[in-house]
Amino acid sequence: MSFDVAVVQFKPRKGDIEANLAALTAIFAQLLDGPAPPQLVVLPEAALTGYFLEGGVYEQSFGAEAFAARLDAAWRAAGGTRPVDVVCGFYENLDGTYYNSALYATLTGAGARIAHVHRKMFLPTYGVFDEARFLSRGRHLGVFPTPFGTAAILICEDAWHAIMPTIAALKGARLIVIPSASPGRGLGGGGMLESVERWRTLAQMTASEHGVYVVYAGLTGFEGGKGMSGGSCIVSPRGEVLEALDELAVAILRASLDPAEVDLARAALPLLGDLAAVLPDLWADAPGR
Amino acid sequence: MLPVVEAPRNRAGAALAIDAALCERWLVAFLRDELIERRGMTRAVLGLSGGIDSAVVAYLCARALGPANVYAIRMPYRTSSADSLLDAQRVVDALGINVDTIDISPAVDGYLAVAGDPDPRRRGNVMARMRMLALFDQSARRNALPIGTGNKTERLLGYFTWHADDTPAVNPIGDLYKTQVWALARHLGVPAQLIDKPPSADLEADQTDEGDLGVTYLMADQILAQILAGYRDEQIAASGFAATDVGVVRRRIEGTHWKRHLPTTALVSGTAINEFYLRPVDY
Repeated sequence: MSFDVAVVQFKPRKGDIEANLAALTAIFAQLLDGPAPPQLVVLPEAALTGYFLEGGVYEQSFGAEAFAARLDAAWRAAGGTRPVDVVCGFYENLDGTYYNSALYATLTGAGARIAHVHRKMFLPTYGVFDEARFLSRGRHLGVFPTPFGTAAILICEDAWHAIMPTIAALKGARLIVIPSASPGRGLGGGGMLESVERWRTLAQMTASEHGVYVVYAGLTGFEGGKGMSGGSCIVSPRGEVLEALDELAVAILRASLDPAEVDLARAALPLLGDLAAVLPDLWADAPGR
Repeated sequence: MLPVVEAPRNRAGAALAIDAALCERWLVAFLRDELIERRGMTRAVLGLSGGIDSAVVAYLCARALGPANVYAIRMPYRTSSADSLLDAQRVVDALGINVDTIDISPAVDGYLAVAGDPDPRRRGNVMARMRMLALFDQSARRNALPIGTGNKTERLLGYFTWHADDTPAVNPIGDLYKTQVWALARHLGVPAQLIDKPPSADLEADQTDEGDLGVTYLMADQILAQILAGYRDEQIAASGFAATDVGVVRRRIEGTHWKRHLPTTALVSGTAINEFYLRPVDY
């Protein structure tokens, strides 16, 4: 049974949640208008506010339930009467503590059911990044059930630490969704920004090492000179890029994921099983133990 | 004997290589986003000096906005090189953009006559600031945004007049070293006369940038790239540069941090702007 995914490479208007929800409603309507609406819609990190907000995060943050309700209202306004699952990054206000979060929710048009909220654990605070100045870090890497199978969300730098997808896969994830907002940099590459190339390689390595689907959703558009580098892609459990968008496209990326592919990839290259077997020895020998 | 494959030891130049087609695509998108989508402005105005930097910006603006929406302003002073005007015209002719020529001599001379013994440095700064004044006024006249033309090398070396060349709100080439601007110029098809001539601020007779700086742009860029990557002077010198040249570049960058910032403001509250009250430029 296949699982149809649509990645929306979104270009927000900075700090204008209403305009961005209106744009999302139009995108939902486009998806509903097609012959086979997707079962999962994936949006990037901080998709509906823009990424670089500095102190503006306190004005542009939401409770998870309230944010999911806004997404559900957009789905309803687009004419959505059957359920759809969505992953969307947002700045979260949890009782006065602020996070860079992404939720997995089912939108019914008559209410949203949140399956999981991932709070970004690795907050980049170097160079152009200043997240830890304004946000608190998440403390938990969870996996959760979806119609596709067990999934995990990693937000941007979370995925740069190889141990994160490793733990997610060990916990049972067969699908890893990565909402991201990555300022493009590095013009020395051949036809592709170096930062995009690194993401692409990372997505392929993550997918093929653990036998998981990787769905990467990149924000696009310029924010004060910093160009969010899009590059959304969907990678099979064998590490093949099924399809990808370029840096600047404002577009929808569609693919059909087959759960059986995860089993076949793991049978052909049983690295995750090997790791699970060796992990107790590695862990016993780990520094600080 | 086995073949020996050796990695290059000196990577000073490697960091400067650019994919010029990708660079063009990125910067054209930047201009469209910053002008049209963020500010709702469809027109650009820029000072076209006849040098390589403003020529490249003219090409980028023409491709981002269409030639009819780009206004090039030539602003010669009476001592400016005639070749500068001619080279600026080559760009105008190649692109089909709009052009105006505003002679800044009467305005500059009117001030200098009452300014009190201006030396060449002050005269140059007055000319640069007069051009800034004219550029902003022309932008208001044409409902167009002034576009900056300063490159990363001159910004890092402090080789510009503060609150003059650096004032436009949008600059597509400010993160490109001079040698990268040349590479982009070749890709864009900027006339060869502009690429091949020695860069000059053209504020004094026979002035060249490299003469003023005391190092070539190629050397400056390779040294700067290593300084910004965190290497110490001894390491940079060991990669193939004279210690004196490394020192020249190091002193220039370290002596001009202030030129790359807004004015220093006394902080007296817990809500000081850009210290406590932090909002991004596009918020």
